[in-house]
Amino acid sequence: MRGSCRPRNTRDRAVCMTNCPTLIVTVGLPARGKTYISKKLTRYLNWIGVPTKEFNVGQYRRECVKIYKSFEFFSPDNEEGLKIRRHCAMAALNDVRQYLSVEGGQVAVFDATNTTRERRGAIVKFAEQNGFKVFFVESVCEDPDVIAQNIVQVKLGSPDYIHCDTQEAIEDFMKRIKCYESSYQPLDEVLDRDMPYIKIMDVGRRYLVNRVQDHIQSRIVYYLMNIHITPRSIYLSRHGESDLNIKGRIGGDSALSARGKEYGTCLRKYIQEQNIKDLKVWTSQMKRTIQTAECLGVPYEQWKSLNEIDAGVCEEMMYEEIQEHYPLEFALRDQDKYRYRYPKGESYEDLVQRLEPVIMELERQENVLVICHQAVMRCLLAYFLDKTAVELPYLKCPLHTVLKLTPLAYGCKVESIYLGVDAVNTHRERPENVSVQRSTEAALKTVPAHF
Amino acid sequence: MQIAYLFVCLLECSRTRPAEGAVEDGKVEEKKRNHPGSFVDDSPCQDKKCFELTLAQRGRSQAPLGSHIWERMKPTEMTQDGGGVPVGKRLRFQRPYASVPQFTNSPTMIVMVGLPARGKTYISKKLTRYLNWIGVTTKVFNVGQYRRDATRAYNSFEFFKPDNAEAMKIRKACAIAALKDVWEYFTSEQGQVVVFDATNTTPQRRELILSFAKENSYKVFFVESICDDPEIIAENIKQVKLSSPDYIDCDKDEAVADFLKRIECYKLTYVALDDNKDRNLSYIKIFNVGSRYLVNHVQDHIQSRIVYYLMNIHVTPRSIYLCRHGESELNLVGRIGGDSGLSARGAKFASALQTYVRKQSISELKVWTSHMKRTIQTAEALGVAYEQWKALNEIDAGVCEEMSYEEIQENYPEEFALRDQDKYRYRYPKGESYEDLVQRLEPVIMELERQENVLVICHQAVMRCLLAYFLDKSAVELPYLKCPLHTVLKLTPVAYGCKVESVFLNIEAVNTHRDKPENVDVDREPEEALETVPAHI
Repeated sequence: MRGSCRPRNTRDRAVCMTNCPTLIVTVGLPARGKTYISKKLTRYLNWIGVPTKEFNVGQYRRECVKIYKSFEFFSPDNEEGLKIRRHCAMAALNDVRQYLSVEGGQVAVFDATNTTRERRGAIVKFAEQNGFKVFFVESVCEDPDVIAQNIVQVKLGSPDYIHCDTQEAIEDFMKRIKCYESSYQPLDEVLDRDMPYIKIMDVGRRYLVNRVQDHIQSRIVYYLMNIHITPRSIYLSRHGESDLNIKGRIGGDSALSARGKEYGTCLRKYIQEQNIKDLKVWTSQMKRTIQTAECLGVPYEQWKSLNEIDAGVCEEMMYEEIQEHYPLEFALRDQDKYRYRYPKGESYEDLVQRLEPVIMELERQENVLVICHQAVMRCLLAYFLDKTAVELPYLKCPLHTVLKLTPLAYGCKVESIYLGVDAVNTHRERPENVSVQRSTEAALKTVPAHF
Repeated sequence: MQIAYLFVCLLECSRTRPAEGAVEDGKVEEKKRNHPGSFVDDSPCQDKKCFELTLAQRGRSQAPLGSHIWERMKPTEMTQDGGGVPVGKRLRFQRPYASVPQFTNSPTMIVMVGLPARGKTYISKKLTRYLNWIGVTTKVFNVGQYRRDATRAYNSFEFFKPDNAEAMKIRKACAIAALKDVWEYFTSEQGQVVVFDATNTTPQRRELILSFAKENSYKVFFVESICDDPEIIAENIKQVKLSSPDYIDCDKDEAVADFLKRIECYKLTYVALDDNKDRNLSYIKIFNVGSRYLVNHVQDHIQSRIVYYLMNIHVTPRSIYLCRHGESELNLVGRIGGDSGLSARGAKFASALQTYVRKQSISELKVWTSHMKRTIQTAEALGVAYEQWKALNEIDAGVCEEMSYEEIQENYPEEFALRDQDKYRYRYPKGESYEDLVQRLEPVIMELERQENVLVICHQAVMRCLLAYFLDKSAVELPYLKCPLHTVLKLTPVAYGCKVESVFLNIEAVNTHRDKPENVDVDREPEEALETVPAHI
C-alpha cells in the first residue's frame, strides 16, 4: 500500500488532488459513449493540471489482431478471441501501472467495456496490489437513436471498418453489441454498494453516484454531471483592437480604437448572419470587451474571471519597457511562460485555475460567444483543443478573428473567421535566446510591430 | 443637475435595447457628475432594482467617471430556459457589479422530502447558508414552525396520526400558509431561492407544491433524504429533537419514545420519489448521509451547484481552526496589503501556535496557508506539512496596496469614503472587493466541507469571509467581523449551527480592525475619516 503523500508542488497547486493515483474504469456496452467520456475527462483533468492518460483496450486489440474480420471475434464462445482480449486488457493494465507508479501520472482512465463482474474484480485486485484508488464510470443507454448516432459518428470511421461500406459496418457493429449483451452485468446497487462509481443513465438525464472517496472523484463527478452532447457551437473572440494594443502596451483597461469599434460592428453582422439559436454572450469586466459586446445589441453577461491576465508590475508597459526595467523577469518568462508569474501579478497557470468555473459553465451551456482577451482565449482554446502547458501560451489568437468551435466525434472542429478589419499583431513568439544574460536585441527580437 | 440625472436615469430605465451601432460616447459624457456620492444613497431612479451605480463600481482602473456605464447589466434578457419571458421585461436580479453572472432567472423552490429525523432541516439550513454566502438570496420555510405557531402546545405523536382528521386539516393549512409566504418572499422581497422544509412524504402533497410552482413559474428541485440506519436516526433525535420546543417539558426517554412513534405515523403514508413515475421531476436522493446519491434531470446552473454542494458535505464530527498569520512588519506600521515577513511578536505567535496545536492533539490535521510570506512563515513554525492556496491570499487593495489609512485618506479621500459606504461591494481601483473575495474563496469552502480537521492560516479580509460563511453573517456584517491577530477561532459544527471558541494565544499584537466611522460622506473631514483607524507606529 502506498505510504506517505506524493511530493507536492508547493509552489502553486491548490490542493494536492490525490494522494494515491486514481484509476478510472469505464463500464458499458459498445457505443455508449465510454471513449467519448474518457477522452473528454482526460482532456479536462490535464487542463486543470492533473496528469491524466487514457488507455483504450480496443487500441491494444487492434495492435494485436492486425486485421478486424467481423463481429465473430467478440462472440462469447470464441475461445481464441477471449484469450487475445484478456491478454490485451492485461497489457493495458501494465501500461497503467507504468504510467501511475513510474511516470508520475496521477489519473489513468481505463477505457474498455468491463461489462462482467469478473473483469471488474480483476481490475480492483490489480489496483489494490498497486495502491491505486478505483472509480467506475458506467454509461447506460437504451435509446436506439442515441446508439445509432454514436455508431455513425465514431464507429464508421474506426480502423475496424475501414474497408466496409456503411450498411455492412452498421450491421456488423450491432451484432458486436449483441455479443456483449448476454454477459453484461451492470453495476448493482446492492452487490456493488461498497464500490465507488457513477452510473450515467440516458446521456445524463439521471446519475447514480456511490461512495465518492476524495476530492478528485468529487470533481470528476461534478464534471461528468455538467457535460452534454447536444449539438452547439462555441465562439471565441478577443475584444476589438484597443488603444493600448496600438501602442504595443500590455494589460490595462483601455477603450476600443476606431478599428476596434469597426470590428464590433462586423462582429455583429457576422453573428446575425450565423443565425445562432439562443446565443449567450459573455464578456470580461474590462472596458474593451464590454464595448465590443455593446456593439452587438444583445444582452450579455460579465465575468470577472474572464479578465485578462494580471501583469502586475508590468501592467501597461511595452515589451521594450519590460526589457528595460525588468530584464531578468522578461527572460524568466520566456523560459517558462506557463508557470511564470508576473511580480504582483498572475501566471497562465493561475489563469487556468480562475477560468475553470467558466469552462464548467461553458460545458453546461449551448451556443455561447465569449468575448475575452489574448491570454484568456489561449487558455480556453487549449482546453477545447487539448493543447499542453507548453503550447498554450503560444497559441495564436489574433485580434479581429472569431474561432468557431464545434464538438465533433471525439474532438472539436475549429473554423477561424477573420472579419476583415485590420489590427495590430499582438503575438510575441518565444525568442531563441531565453538566457538571463541575453542582449536587449535578442530579447526584443520577436516583439510585434506597434506605434 | 438633479433633473438632468433624473432624466438620464429614467431614460436608462426605459431603454430596452441599446441604440444601434457603436459606443455611445455622448451618453457617457452626460453621466459625469459633481457629487458622486449622491447616486449611492438617494438614487433618483424610481425603480430600485434598476441601478445601483456607484463610483466604486468602476472596476480596475482610475477611469473617468462615465466609464461605470460599462458595468451595468443589460436591462433586458431572456430567461435562461425560454420560460416565455418576453424581451423588454427586466431581469429579476440585477446586480450590476457582481463578479460572476447571475445564477438563476426563475425563482427556484427546493423542496425537502423525507421522514422525520432524516436531516432535512440540517440540509435546509446549511444549503441556505451556503447559497446566501455565494450571493443567491435564499430563505428557509419550515412548516413545522408554522404548525407550532398554529397549535398552542404539542401534546403527543397522536397529532401526526394519518386518521386524525382535525390535525390533518391544520397541517395542510400550515403548508398552504407557508406556500403563501414563499410567494410573498419571491414577489416582494426579490428572493431567488426558497427551501421548503417539510416531510412532503406523499405524492399528493408534492403535487400540491408542483401545481403552486407551475402557476407561478417557479422551478422545483426536490431533495430527498433516505436513511435506515437506526444509529444515525438516534443521533439526530438526540442532537436536535430533544431540545425542540415540542419536547420542552418532557424527559429524555419520553421524548425519544414519542418521537419514534411520530416517525411511525409518517411511515404509513410515505411514498418516496419514484424512479419511474417521477422521472420528469428534478431531484436528488441522498442515501444514508451521502454514501449514495441519485440525481435526476438537473435543469440549470443553480441546481447543478446545489447538487455539487450536497454531494460534498458530511456530518463526521470535526473542527475547523481559523487564524491569521502572526503579526507582520507592515501590520506594525499600520499599512495594508503587501507581502512582508513576520515581526518578532509574529514569530512568537507562530511558536505559540505550534504549542497550541500540539496540545489539542488533533487527529490528522491539515494545514492550509496562502501564497504570502507571512502565512507561510507562520505555518513553517508548526513543523508539519502544509498546503498553499493562492485563493487564500489577502484581498488585493490595488492602488492602495501597502498604504496606511492616513495615506489612503490623503491620496484617495473619495475612494476611502465610498469604501465606508459599502465595504462589501466596494472594489479598490485595480484591486478587489469582499464580494470578489467570496467568489474566489468558494472552492476553499467546498474543500473545507469535504475535509475533516483543518487549520487555515490566512488574512483579515479572507478570515472574515470564511467566518461569515460558517456563522451565517450577512454581507453587511461580514466586512466588520472581528478577526484579531494572534487569536485562533475553533469552529465545531453542532446541531444546526457552529460552536465558536476564541483562543487568544497571549502574544501582544497591534489591532488592525477599523470600524465603520460615523461619517461616510465623501465631503467629510479627514479627522472624521480617520476616527476609527487603530493605533500603529
